[in-house]
Amino acid sequence: MSASTPFALLPNASSLPWAEIPCWAVDDFIAATAEELSRGARLGSFFGMPEGRGMCLVAVLAFDADNTLAVGRSHSFSGHFPSLTIHHPQAHLFEREIWEQLALTPVGHPWLKPVRKGRDGAPVNGEFFRVDGREVHEVAVGPVHAGIIEPGHFRFQCAGEEVLHLEIALGYQHRGMEEALAGGPHRATHSQMETVSGDATVAHATAYATVLESLAGKEAPLRAQWLRGIALELERLANHTGDIGALAGDVGFLPSNAACGKIRGDFLNLTATICGNRFGRGLMIAGGCGHDLESERATKLRDSLKISMADVEQAGAWFWDAASVRARFEGTGIVFPAQAVEIGMVGPAARACGLVRDVRYDHPAGWFRFAQLPVAVWPSGDVFARARVRSLEIQRSGDFLLEQLTTPPDGPVCEGLPGLAPETLAVTLVEGWRGEVCHVAVTDDSGRFRRYKITDPSFHNWTGLALSLRGTAISDFPICNKSFNLSYCGSDL
Amino acid sequence: MFILDTITHRLKRGCETMAYPQGPAPVLPDRHGGALKVDASLCADSCTACVPVCPTEAVIRQAGKPVSLDLGRCIFCAACVKACPTKAITQTGDHRMAVRRREDLMLGAPGEEELRLAKALDAKLRKLFGRSLRLRQVSAGGCAACEADTNVLGTIGWDLGRFGIQFVASPRHADGLLITGPVTKNMELALRKTYDAVPEPKIVIAVGACAIAGGPFVGHAEVNNGADSLLPVDLYIPGCPPHPLTILEGLLRLLDRLDK
Repeated sequence: MSASTPFALLPNASSLPWAEIPCWAVDDFIAATAEELSRGARLGSFFGMPEGRGMCLVAVLAFDADNTLAVGRSHSFSGHFPSLTIHHPQAHLFEREIWEQLALTPVGHPWLKPVRKGRDGAPVNGEFFRVDGREVHEVAVGPVHAGIIEPGHFRFQCAGEEVLHLEIALGYQHRGMEEALAGGPHRATHSQMETVSGDATVAHATAYATVLESLAGKEAPLRAQWLRGIALELERLANHTGDIGALAGDVGFLPSNAACGKIRGDFLNLTATICGNRFGRGLMIAGGCGHDLESERATKLRDSLKISMADVEQAGAWFWDAASVRARFEGTGIVFPAQAVEIGMVGPAARACGLVRDVRYDHPAGWFRFAQLPVAVWPSGDVFARARVRSLEIQRSGDFLLEQLTTPPDGPVCEGLPGLAPETLAVTLVEGWRGEVCHVAVTDDSGRFRRYKITDPSFHNWTGLALSLRGTAISDFPICNKSFNLSYCGSDL
Repeated sequence: MFILDTITHRLKRGCETMAYPQGPAPVLPDRHGGALKVDASLCADSCTACVPVCPTEAVIRQAGKPVSLDLGRCIFCAACVKACPTKAITQTGDHRMAVRRREDLMLGAPGEEELRLAKALDAKLRKLFGRSLRLRQVSAGGCAACEADTNVLGTIGWDLGRFGIQFVASPRHADGLLITGPVTKNMELALRKTYDAVPEPKIVIAVGACAIAGGPFVGHAEVNNGADSLLPVDLYIPGCPPHPLTILEGLLRLLDRLDK
């Protein structure tokens, strides 16, 4: 289907001169984007930026089945544009963001309110959706939560125990990430990229480094791409294991909860054997990697990994063998496949709705062009499916690592980069452990960032969590929330 | 069979909680580097090689003065260590980094080559909190890394509960706050309300470069540059994120629970 698109095609981790990106008057641009979304394209990113005397919109589409991305933009305009959201709900949060950042109004947007703008020490949440009725009550949770977790606000409309609607209001974590990137890269940019979402440091830092490399027109050395692939799968192992443990804890199944908490730390320590930091800080740098994984170190890492994989398999076996756990997960917090497509879900949450959606498979870049992992899919869309997909991905990432660690490519891990191309747009997608991390950079005439847009997978998936609660008992919120385990700061930027 | 399997496996694994602090501390990864040390007397005249490489502007050198490194702002990337031609800035490999006063993290002046480790709470507070400390954690712009490495202290490997330290689900039940993140403007109200809801006497612990000084986000209009711009802080634990061992050592140091 991508063959006939008027959008400019580009593969993942590549760039295109700004002048070569097809450009329409804004109404036609929205119509063209809607047309592509109707034909099955997915909105990877959608944002606005200053252009000429007004603003322009840019859409990055993903044609997953065709393994290609596509990009298009509007002419400079001001004021308003027709909303995509009416027909394509996956655009809803992007349009709210555009409205908030650039004062461009998506006309017809059904729920236009701020995303992260603040006033008087708190985000401007605006009016919440309310269900009226004598039996209806409202439950407000957050921003500060009961555990050690990031802040966000959840507003439930309930009839008795049953949740009729959940609205999620974020913005508490807004640190001014994108605002600071204009005119960059700056001194702090690299460390900011590592902390977009700190538990997905490897994914975001890889995306950022790859964007810089495609703007500079020089790939990282093969050995660095291999090492980035290793780090990405270690990150996935650690977080998925933590999630399985947390889910076990939330249904009172303590053996797996206790074991996974420890094993998660073991996986983080494996990342620390490569670079000294448990989250991979300082490992991914522009032009390659900041540390090498020498053969002795790789052997040590592989031996430890084998032990941890056996541990996590055991902890998972207890968990999946217990009928009490399975019964608690089955049929809880369902997102239907059609809903998942409609709202543009990504990552394990989308794969748990039966969608075959994985950047490593659909849009392979870096090391994943040479080494593949099978996509883990489960059809039922419930908490069970989201846990199951994680379990499967733990096995597959483990197998991948055990194999890849024995066959490193030779060569340097880092090479200097030439300057960044001016007037160019670069896109990189990386399959982080939560799903698709999308970084888009547009440079000005001196090769500095005119605009840098970060889309964390959570930005796509928060709506999925809200939908999963519909018709569910409010007491199921904790396991539904854990089964998604989305990033607040990745969304709030 | 299921129960039998579980019990057998559990017995095989034995006690998984580390011996620390009675036994030796777990070994930091060899590339971790630990705390930094600054010996400004080794600096070449007017050399400023370390200054521009620091992502958070933690290293400064004013003309005619010795180099100064703020470990509160430091994200421990060690770029300054690599850039220094005279080995004036070095890694000590020491996991201990918690301090009581912000100025104890400033390195470089004569006699202040290393950070000045925290002293315990006074006798009265130690009597109150020494064997039972309940903390409310507030993430105020934290990236989930400091949160994760605090959370890990609750797992069986670290078992924070054996020291009587516990994270609680309400500020009303807490003796203090443990804050992560640069304190975003959008969390200011929630943080103040949480602090106000904690009964007196109370303590505040800032964990990570963000909570101490804004970290990589220092100077952004959307953040306050750390928790002490809003609240009095009793313990600073540097790192990006601090290693769980560093956090635990800091908490035990504050409560005077480390063996002398």
